Amino acid sequence: MAEVKLRKIVKRYDDVEAVRGIDLEIADHEFVVLVGPSGCGKSTTLRMIAGLEDITSGEISIAGDVVNDVPPKDRDIAMVFQNYALYPHMTVAQNMSFGLRLKRYPKKEIKQRVDEAARILDIAELLDRKPKALSGGQRQRVAMGRAIVRNPKVFLFDEPLSNLDAKLRVQMRTEIKKVHQQVRTTTVYVTHDQVEAMTLADRVVVMNQGVIEQVGTPQELYHAPKTRFVAGFIGSPAMNFIPCRIEETSGALNLRLTDALTLPIPAARADRYRGHARNGKLLLGLRPEHLTEAGPHLEPGRVPFEANLDVTEPMGMETLVYFPLNGTQVCGRVNPNAGARDGAALRMAADLNNMHLIDEATGRVI
Amino acid sequence: MAVAAAASPRTGPRPRYRSMSRDRKWALRWSYFFLCLFVVFFLLPPIYMLITSLKTSAEISAATNPWWVFHPTLDNYRELLFSNNYQVYFLNSVIVSIIVVVTTMLISVPAAFALSRMRFWGSATLATGVFLTYLIPDTLLFLPLFKMFVTFNDWTGIQLINKWYVLLIVYPTLTVPFCTWIMIGYFASIPKELDEAALIDGAGWLQTLTKIFIPVALPGLIAATIFAFTVSWAQFLYPLAFTTSTEQLVLPVGIITSLIKGDVFNWGQIMTGALLGAAPPLIIYAFLMDYYIAGLTAGATKG
Repeated sequence: MAEVKLRKIVKRYDDVEAVRGIDLEIADHEFVVLVGPSGCGKSTTLRMIAGLEDITSGEISIAGDVVNDVPPKDRDIAMVFQNYALYPHMTVAQNMSFGLRLKRYPKKEIKQRVDEAARILDIAELLDRKPKALSGGQRQRVAMGRAIVRNPKVFLFDEPLSNLDAKLRVQMRTEIKKVHQQVRTTTVYVTHDQVEAMTLADRVVVMNQGVIEQVGTPQELYHAPKTRFVAGFIGSPAMNFIPCRIEETSGALNLRLTDALTLPIPAARADRYRGHARNGKLLLGLRPEHLTEAGPHLEPGRVPFEANLDVTEPMGMETLVYFPLNGTQVCGRVNPNAGARDGAALRMAADLNNMHLIDEATGRVI
Repeated sequence: MAVAAAASPRTGPRPRYRSMSRDRKWALRWSYFFLCLFVVFFLLPPIYMLITSLKTSAEISAATNPWWVFHPTLDNYRELLFSNNYQVYFLNSVIVSIIVVVTTMLISVPAAFALSRMRFWGSATLATGVFLTYLIPDTLLFLPLFKMFVTFNDWTGIQLINKWYVLLIVYPTLTVPFCTWIMIGYFASIPKELDEAALIDGAGWLQTLTKIFIPVALPGLIAATIFAFTVSWAQFLYPLAFTTSTEQLVLPVGIITSLIKGDVFNWGQIMTGALLGAAPPLIIYAFLMDYYIAGLTAGATKG
């Protein structure tokens, strides 16, 4: 039993409100990722759970106990820092066992736990080395080992992979997921990298300017974002936002992008948008993969139009194309054999079955 | 590659640019020139001390080459070591210096830790204040200090003036501020995450200090120790002002007061005493330098 509950958490530094009243419940064994741009309050939230920052108001409980005034060492948590924070004068084994030695565990048990963690992380042969003799990836493993040996109620990760190079980051991401599958400890993980968030999390918490924008599984966030921020933050390349208007002609709804271009809204979605016909400030949200080349057969909901490509970026398995649409630069994904060339025209299709309509004033997805 | 190409003989006009290796060679030559200058400048006095200490008084005052010993003798060493209270001075100096170094470290290390890590109201001002006290010259302080000890004697009847242990109170006023300042600098360079990691691992403040900070900041600790020892070993003004009886004197003052009688300077023994007095700091430096390994924090963070 080690669920973590945050109730109306506020953190204020002098005049600045870093975290503005967030509520979050993290279930036992769950892997939750806090993601957002820098300064969104995700690290502050994590540090409040760790006890490294005081809470201005609200309540944090770990495994049912309110820990607001409990010092970090008594919260039974372990934390992995962005810059590893290994003790430079101790060997790997000493680094990992430091917490256990402070708590005066028997020597035999310490050794057993260190060996077990070293086995899980594949660092058994490094136990006698000092941190300075380790590579970045190895140091990160040791930092994780130090967390694992303690067998805590909660793991806290503060951007643990951002100091590693791209290749190692992908590798360590998999390692972290594997470790979690083995030890099943409740984990709160902070990152600014949405790919990390999507690949690791059971549930992702998207934060922005001190509040939670949305909580959900990676699939939910991707396919049903609730706000413009989430829609734009999750997914790479990012979702396109195109200014538009809704027009109603004889019961059917159309999306007017430009004077020359209107797109009929699929009937299945029409009811949802009917009340917004008078709203002049709407954005059409479409992911690049829903802007593709128009083939000979068009399924219902896919609407063809002509696009004049500015730039094409061949990626191998696909080609990214950029073209202007109603004053904004839009990105689409086409088949590499579709004949997309810089400056050429291409017949594209917008898949409105996967469209999102955003009220620009509130920033919410309708 | 570029260097090799530039150095290789070629036909046609010489290129205008100079090679990196030639610039480097000249830089090295100049470095050696100035280093030699420094070595001569700093080593001449001790060499002169050594030469003079091996001469008799007659030879010192004779008009011969002052840089050569014609009749070497160890009489100065013999007389100094077995008479003249030299052993008392030496012992006093050793006791005072060791106690002062220990006291200084016991005060300034925890103080520096508190000032650099435990954020509390006024900690930054206090840290600056500590250093500012060091900037007040001791020539200004010995009179008020003297008056203080006299008043203390009036109130309590405890005599501190003309006792060697008065130096145990006076010297830390010089060593503690500076050592605290040095240690604040070293502690501040330790990444914040290191104490946070220790905090989460279950260490209290004292354990964080003793198990993490002191080992990691060992080079700084050694620098501070060397400073405190040097200051207390070589301090001249305070012992001159506060101690007068022969059995209470420390080395620098003892040599001057007992070997200069009126206008008669016993140069041979003065030089011998100074040379022997310089030995302990040298030995301590040599010993501690082995442990003075810079960059001990390597590997703590991403680096």
